[in-house]
Amino acid sequence: MLNRKKSPAIIDTVELNLQLKPYTKFTLDNGVEVYSIHAGAQEVVMVEMVFMAGNWQEEKNIIAATTNFMLKNGTSNKKAFAINEHFEFHGAYLNRGCQNETATFTLHTLGKHLPKLLPVMSEILTDSIFPEDELVIYKQNQKQRLSVNLKKCDFVANRLIDRYLFGEQHPYGKVSSSEDYEAINKEDLVAFYNQFYTNGKCIIFTAGILPADIQEQLNNAFGGLPLNKAPLPTKVYPTIPTVQKKHQVTNDENGVQGAIRLARPFPNRHHPDFTKVQVLNNLFGGFFGSRLMSNIREDKGYTYGIHSYLQNLIEQSAWMISTEAGRDVCAATISEVYKEMARLREETIEESELHLVRNFMMGSLLSDLDGPFQTISRWKSYVLNGLDEKYFTNAINTIKTISSDELKQLANKYLNEEDFYELVVI
Amino acid sequence: MVHYNRFVLDNGLRVLVHEDSSTPMAVVNVMYDVGAKDEDSNKTGFAHLFEHLMFGGSVNIPEYDEPLQRAGGENNAYTTNDLTNYYCSLPAENIETAFWLESDRMLSLAFSKKSLEVQRKVVCEEFKENYINKPYGDVWFKMRELAFTTHPYKWMTIGKELSHIEIATIDDVKAFFFKHYRPVNAILVVAGNVTTEQVKLLAEKWFGSIEKGEKYERNLPAEPVQTAPRKLEVTADVPLDSLVKTWHIEARLDKGYYVADLITEILGGGGSSRLYQALVKEKQLFSSLDCYHFGSIDKGLLAIEGKLVKGVKIEEADAAVNEQLLKIQAELINDNELQKVKNKTESVIAFEDMSIMSRASSLANYELLGDANLMNTELERYQAITAEDIREYSRTIFNENNSNTLYYRSKN
Repeated sequence: MLNRKKSPAIIDTVELNLQLKPYTKFTLDNGVEVYSIHAGAQEVVMVEMVFMAGNWQEEKNIIAATTNFMLKNGTSNKKAFAINEHFEFHGAYLNRGCQNETATFTLHTLGKHLPKLLPVMSEILTDSIFPEDELVIYKQNQKQRLSVNLKKCDFVANRLIDRYLFGEQHPYGKVSSSEDYEAINKEDLVAFYNQFYTNGKCIIFTAGILPADIQEQLNNAFGGLPLNKAPLPTKVYPTIPTVQKKHQVTNDENGVQGAIRLARPFPNRHHPDFTKVQVLNNLFGGFFGSRLMSNIREDKGYTYGIHSYLQNLIEQSAWMISTEAGRDVCAATISEVYKEMARLREETIEESELHLVRNFMMGSLLSDLDGPFQTISRWKSYVLNGLDEKYFTNAINTIKTISSDELKQLANKYLNEEDFYELVVI
Repeated sequence: MVHYNRFVLDNGLRVLVHEDSSTPMAVVNVMYDVGAKDEDSNKTGFAHLFEHLMFGGSVNIPEYDEPLQRAGGENNAYTTNDLTNYYCSLPAENIETAFWLESDRMLSLAFSKKSLEVQRKVVCEEFKENYINKPYGDVWFKMRELAFTTHPYKWMTIGKELSHIEIATIDDVKAFFFKHYRPVNAILVVAGNVTTEQVKLLAEKWFGSIEKGEKYERNLPAEPVQTAPRKLEVTADVPLDSLVKTWHIEARLDKGYYVADLITEILGGGGSSRLYQALVKEKQLFSSLDCYHFGSIDKGLLAIEGKLVKGVKIEEADAAVNEQLLKIQAELINDNELQKVKNKTESVIAFEDMSIMSRASSLANYELLGDANLMNTELERYQAITAEDIREYSRTIFNENNSNTLYYRSKN
C-alpha cells in the first residue's frame, strides 16, 4: 500500500556538484573581447553587444536612454522602416536597453540568418543619423507613455525610493520628466552616439548553436570598427540620500492599493557580505516560501505578492522590499515586515528551515544555468561586475555552509528598522 | 521536431513524456481541462480562485510548496478562459517528489477553510493590483461584455467583479474539485532528463489508483453570429484617449485561426507592421498601437488597441484604422510581406521551444486540443497560407457587422 503521507527520498541538492559551463573567449581585430557559449538544442543564436553607454556617462538627463532607443531609427542609407523590416523579415529581434553603467544592443535570430543581420548592426553602430522627424515622434510618444505610467502607484514608488536612496543627481536616482524629453536635441544624441557607441567601449557576448565561423562573422562585422580606442571619462557621483526616511505620497485619491517600498543602502558584489546576505534575503523575502510571503500573503492575505531583493547595480546596491497591498492594510503590512526583521535578529533560524533554503537555492541555480542564454547571462553579469568563476564557487560554498549564527549576525548588522527608507504611494 | 511518447492510464489520465538528456532538470506539468469559461455566470473568477486553493494543502500533505522547495524545485500555475495549468521544475533526480505532490492534490484537496479565507483576500488584491488600481484596467471587462452576448468568454479569468470572489464557499470548492479535477479531465506531461519507462512506473504508482471521475462534457452556449456593429463609449480618469476594437475570429483548430494569426502580424507585429508604420510613424495619430489575438480555443477575438496622440479625435483615429483594414481586404499582400510573417512564425516557434518547461506546456496544450503531434505540424499549417487566404479571411473578419468598438475617453 502506497504511503502518501511520506515524502519520497530525495537527493540533497546541496550535494550537487554545480558547474558553470566555461566560456570560450576570443578577441576581434580591434581588441573587442567576445565571450561565447556554444550549446543548446534549437538553432538559435544571441549576440549581445554591451557598451559602456549608460546614464552614468550622460551630461544631460535621458540622453543615454534616448540615444540607445533611437539606434534603430535610421542610418544615412536606411530609414527606420527599412531597418525594422530587414530584421523582421528574417524573423529576428533587434533589441536595445539602457541601464546605468551599460547599454545593450542585442540580436536574437535563427543562426542561419546571421550573415544578413550582423552587417546591418555594424551599419547602425557607425552610420546612425537620428533623424529630426523620428525624434519628434519619440518625444511625443515617450511623454505620453510617461503620463500613463505616472498614474501607477508602483511606477511612482520605484522612482521615488531610488531617489531617496541615491539622490536625484545620481545615475541610480535620476528620473525622467516631460521637460527632460522636451530638452533633448539631435546634437546631444549625435555627440553621445559618437563617443559611446561608434568610438565607444564594447564587450560582446554570444550564445546558442553558434555557426563554425562565428569568430570570422563577428570579426568581419565589428572587428574593423573604431571601438575601445579612447579611454572612458571617469565620473564619480556622490550618493546624496534624503535626510527624511519615512515618506507617504498620495498619487491617486481613489487608489485602492498602496505601493510599499522599504529599502536600505547595501554594498556591491565585491563586499564579502554580499553572497552571504543572498542566503538571508532568500529566507526573508526571496522566494515563494520566504517568511515575508508566508506571513503577509499566505497567512494574512494582505497582498498578491511581496518580495525582497538586492538591487542589481554595479557600483553600489540596495536591499529592497517591495509589494502592493490593500490601502487599509499598508500600515499593518509594514509593521509585519519589521516584525520579520526583528525575528531574524533575535531568533536563531532552525536548521530545517535553513536546509530548505539551501536546497531551494541550489535547485534554483541549477535551473538558472540550464541553457546557453542563461549561462552567458551569468557570465555577463560576472564580467561586467569585475568578477570571475571564483565568485560562483564562493557563492555555492556560502549557500552550502553558512550557519544560523552567521545569518543572525548579518540580520543584526543589516536588518534594522532605523536604517530603512520607507515609502507608501497610494 | 519535439519527440514524445504517450500512454493513457486506466483511469483516463493521459501521460506524455518528452525525453531530453541535455538538461539536468525535469518538468512535471499537469493541465486540467477547465477554465473560466466553465464557470457559472453568477460565480465568475472561480476557476482562478480555485487554482490558488490548489496550493493550500492536499489530503495527505499539509503543505505543497515546502517539500518541493526542499527538493530544489520551483512551481507555478496559471488559469485562462480555457484551461488551468500547473507546472513544477526540479532537479531530475528528485522527480518523484513532484509525482507525490501532484498526485495527492489530484486525489483530493484538504479543503481548508483558512486557505479559502486567505486566498480570497489574495485574489482580491490581485484583482485590485491588475484591474482596478491601473489606468485602463477595466478596458477588457467592458470589451468582452460588448463582444460576447452569450459565450462565457464574456467575462475575464479573474472574474466579473470582486463580489463573486467574496461569496465563494467551501462547498463550491468541493463541488468544483470533484467535477473538474479528475484524472479523466487531466493531462500529465513530464519533460527533461527522464525516461519513458521511469515515468510509466511513477505515473502508475502515484496516479494509477486515483478514481477516474466523470468525463466533463462541455456544453457551452455558442456565440450567435454578430449581425451589426457594436459601439461603446466610456469616460475615465486616464491621461489619454484609447481606441479598442475587436472582431470575432475562428476557433483554435480552424484554418481561419492560423490566417488571423498572420493577419495580426501583418498589421501589428513590430516596427515594420502596417498599423505601426502608417498610424504611429506616418500619420502620428497613435502613440502606441497593437494588434493581437487571444489564442482562444473556442471562437475568440482579434483586437486592435491604441492610445491616441493628444489632440487627435478618436473618430479620426478610428477611421484611419478602418482605412488600413480596407486595404488588406482589397489588395493582395506581396510575397515579401507574406514571407516575412511566416519567417517570424518559424522563429517564434524555435525560441519558444528552447526551454523544457515551454515544450512541456505546449505538448499539454496540443494534447488538450486533441492531438499532441499538432505541435510538430503547426508550422506547415502556417506555411500553407496564401496571399488570397489573407485577403479572403480579412474580408470575413473585418466585415463591419463583425466589429466591436470601444471609445475609452480621457475625462481631462
